[in-house]
Amino acid sequence: MNSLLDSLRGIGARVIDGIWRMGVATRFFLMILLQSGQSFRRFHLIIREIYSAGVLSLIIILVSGLFVGMVLGLQGYETLQTYGSEEALGVLVSLSLVRELGPVVAALLFASRAGSAITAEIGLMKATEQLAAMEMMAVDPVARVVAPRFWGAVISMPLLAAMFSAMGILGGYLVGVVLIGVDEGAFWSQMQAAVDFREDILNGVLKSVVFGVAVTAIALFEGYDAPPTAEGVSRATTRTVVTSSLAILGLDFILTAFMFRGV
Amino acid sequence: MQRATLDLWVGIFVVAGLAAVLFLALRVGNMGSFDSASTYTVKASFDNIGGLKARAPVKSAGVVVGRVSDISFDTTLYEATVSMNLDARYKFPKDTSASIMTSGLLGEQYIALEAGGEEKMLANGDAMKLTQGAVVLENLIGQFLYSKSDSETSAPDLGKME
Repeated sequence: MNSLLDSLRGIGARVIDGIWRMGVATRFFLMILLQSGQSFRRFHLIIREIYSAGVLSLIIILVSGLFVGMVLGLQGYETLQTYGSEEALGVLVSLSLVRELGPVVAALLFASRAGSAITAEIGLMKATEQLAAMEMMAVDPVARVVAPRFWGAVISMPLLAAMFSAMGILGGYLVGVVLIGVDEGAFWSQMQAAVDFREDILNGVLKSVVFGVAVTAIALFEGYDAPPTAEGVSRATTRTVVTSSLAILGLDFILTAFMFRGV
Repeated sequence: MQRATLDLWVGIFVVAGLAAVLFLALRVGNMGSFDSASTYTVKASFDNIGGLKARAPVKSAGVVVGRVSDISFDTTLYEATVSMNLDARYKFPKDTSASIMTSGLLGEQYIALEAGGEEKMLANGDAMKLTQGAVVLENLIGQFLYSKSDSETSAPDLGKME
């Protein structure tokens, strides 16, 4: 009887803890939005964060975009060849990149490259009591440290995703047209006929903005909420990557279901 | 890092990102081929639209002149009503006929317009009277088999010759 009550108590405590954490995260997110005005007035803070989140992620995004596009070109050609429609390679590469792979893979890379860095930085600032020192000097750490990082990353994410897609299409072009010898005119013209600006490209950009907000909010919260110990910061960094990857994939399904219902 | 170097890198990053969006819009997408401001809408009823979908192209003499905007079912005629946006640059006579065609054997379906000879032109909201629905492959095979068996019974000589 006692053990049953204990296990029920355990379940209850876990649920309450989870909801409490979600409430704290929501309030933290609203606080970021409230304090954003200040950080936009000091825009050089945001520029510094665009540098560390965006510019420093460029190499990994560009190189992986190129290789993803090249692999798509090779695999797509193998499959399309059996149906005698190699010219549709451009459509296959561009649609899969612009709609899905560009936003999703770029966001996954962004979460592991920039999101983890944000969590570790803020967690360490908290562990070394830099945030507490700011509060002592009447500087709001959310306005000075957290909000600029949020906007820097949210601005960088769609740009990175667009570059990923563009590089991928160039990679597909390199393999498909230059290497294998698919007709160049058909490659581009079929692509242009199939890809719609509003339906495909803008929806892809919208996806990447949503992923950017989700990844950055998770990374900032995990850092801000981390226990101020070495172990706490390392756990928070791991949690950032795991949680934001799952959030990206889950959100992607929901967004895709709303955007591309195949009317 | 120096403020000026930082600004330079961020500037390069933002410009490169916008260039990527522009590349996607202009080279990959078909932006600018039709803007909604300069189109007019015409309607046509078909007995069968086959696999026609919204956003399918409307072609005349093989040139894309518009896109299908909406497909609905008319419960008074029991026919499909297809609305299409045509580019305002292209005017068609009132007795233009519309038929649903397939590009290639298994390709996508599109609407082909064939201009008539009337003086008056189609205006926004007009309906086309002469239409021909999609050819259903099953019906075609059925007709072919039927006519073949018919010809075998009525003209047995032809059957021997094959």
